[in-house]
Amino acid sequence: MPDTLIFGMEVFLNGLMAGVLYALVALGFVLIYKASGIFNYSQGVLALFAALTLVGIMDGQVPFSHMINAVFGTDIHHFGWQVPAVFAILLTMVVMVVLAWAVQRLIFRHLIGQEPIILFMATIGLAYFLEGLGDIIWGSDIKKLDVGLPQGINASIDELTYQWFGYGFFIDNLDIWATAIAVILVAVLVAFSQYTKQGRAMRAVADDHQAALSVGISLNFIWIMVWSVAGFVALVAGIMWGTKSGVQFSLSLIALKALPVLMLGGFTSIPGAIVGGLIIGVGEKLFEFLVGPLVGGATENWFAYVLALIFLVFRPQGLFGEKIIERV
Amino acid sequence: MLDTTKDTPVQAETLLEVNNIEVIYNHVILVLKGVSLRVPKGGITALLGGNGAGKTTTLKAVSNLLRSERGEVTKGSVSYRGERVQDLDPAELVKRGVIQVMEGRHCFEHLTVEENLMTGAYTRSDRSEVAADLDMVYEYFPRLKERRRSQAGYTSGGEQQMVAIGRALMSRPETILLDEPSMGLAPQLVEQIFGIVKSLNEDQGYTFLLAEQNTNVALRFAHYGYILESGRVVMDGPAKDLRENPDVKEFYLGMSDEGRKSFRDVRSYRRRKRWLS
Repeated sequence: MPDTLIFGMEVFLNGLMAGVLYALVALGFVLIYKASGIFNYSQGVLALFAALTLVGIMDGQVPFSHMINAVFGTDIHHFGWQVPAVFAILLTMVVMVVLAWAVQRLIFRHLIGQEPIILFMATIGLAYFLEGLGDIIWGSDIKKLDVGLPQGINASIDELTYQWFGYGFFIDNLDIWATAIAVILVAVLVAFSQYTKQGRAMRAVADDHQAALSVGISLNFIWIMVWSVAGFVALVAGIMWGTKSGVQFSLSLIALKALPVLMLGGFTSIPGAIVGGLIIGVGEKLFEFLVGPLVGGATENWFAYVLALIFLVFRPQGLFGEKIIERV
Repeated sequence: MLDTTKDTPVQAETLLEVNNIEVIYNHVILVLKGVSLRVPKGGITALLGGNGAGKTTTLKAVSNLLRSERGEVTKGSVSYRGERVQDLDPAELVKRGVIQVMEGRHCFEHLTVEENLMTGAYTRSDRSEVAADLDMVYEYFPRLKERRRSQAGYTSGGEQQMVAIGRALMSRPETILLDEPSMGLAPQLVEQIFGIVKSLNEDQGYTFLLAEQNTNVALRFAHYGYILESGRVVMDGPAKDLRENPDVKEFYLGMSDEGRKSFRDVRSYRRRKRWLS
């Protein structure tokens, strides 16, 4: 087998797994957009905030410690305990639900019936607010996140591929875990929205707010629920990305990578977010591998956006976007 | 549950009472200027009038869907079974037995017909009875049973109206506020829908408050009617009397003693049209 093909396969596999991580972020967008028609610019910051909170709780950081030290002249940083990962994740989830409630209560409840652009601008404001809030509570230094997920090269795949091709593939354990978790997450989300009463209500709200109100569905409740779920997805994405590259401000920029994923997959489709993520992940890795050397590399920075542009021109609703049902 | 008093519904217990309400949209646009009406238990009460007369707004003021459209009841009161209900959530009103079927049907397009119906039971938790009610709805609308797995967005206008009414029935209501069920439907379908409304009223004892532009059909099926014009009730009475009223005949039913009117009479038409002002 030619070397290029074998390398290409490794690149392809790595691309798939990178794609899963993009898809995780895109999922959060899709959930909120579907249920409330809000394009949530703050989804990336939500992931950052979730990861910061998780690290803070795990390390026993004192919240607002910088502020407290500045005001009272004290010098406290940590409580001096460590919280087990599972417990910390649960606590973070509680924080995300409270955040969802606050966002709904303080912002979107007052904006019912407003134009989409106004709701969008509100989420921009929310993004900057959350970014600042995260800094104030937990500090702005780069943090290491380790919830116990295995990292580094997967030895058995390395060995197996070495036996087959005479060349061991480098597949990161973390990526394998991320893929498995993403698959479970999506299965649970789909089952929830298809087969439960609240899931059905969520889809009903997505279709027609007024009609949902008229049958007695509380928009407030559904939206808090949706923001909580989006917060949960953000937490999962935050854990994966945070473990990979540290918890820092740039984590919130993964949201930008999710945009092309959404344009490919469609803003309203959960499977679309997954497939879109995979296509972008594989596409950009393969493109870099095959075409990159010819144009001097660094194609990963723009490949996704060019692909998204092409989609915008030829298939604006994305691959799986809901067709707008229009009766004549 | 047969209601024997339905021919003289005025004597029946009043379920819903709207007392001199004023509605303002966006803090500036005055839409209702003092509307009062009573809906007796077990009757079909019709709310008639042209475009923009305030029929829909009246219904929404009752079901409390106004707030999501930045509308507000600024004067007067709405009470159901003698209790003031105008500050309640729509959901709370649904639990008390008042549900609105909105104008233009408003089905959940991407949900199947059956899922649409099931959303109507959102406020209920009695599973076995919900299933029984679903069968009841399918009995009244056999067409929906055939199409239960289709996406509601791809069903016909008549089927969507059936879905909307069926969905409301699933909440096991006492009073149904039915907004413009004839909109955009062929005359034959309109008859069919009204026929079902009538049998729901007679067999199951549902009370209806019906907003309708199609005066002719509405007055044939309703017991009592109110005529709205630019935010005011200009006339009310038993449906039978309204049908006989010469003004109603001329302006709403398109019949006249002198035959077709010539263009010259248009001015007097406009003057006469404002009965009360």
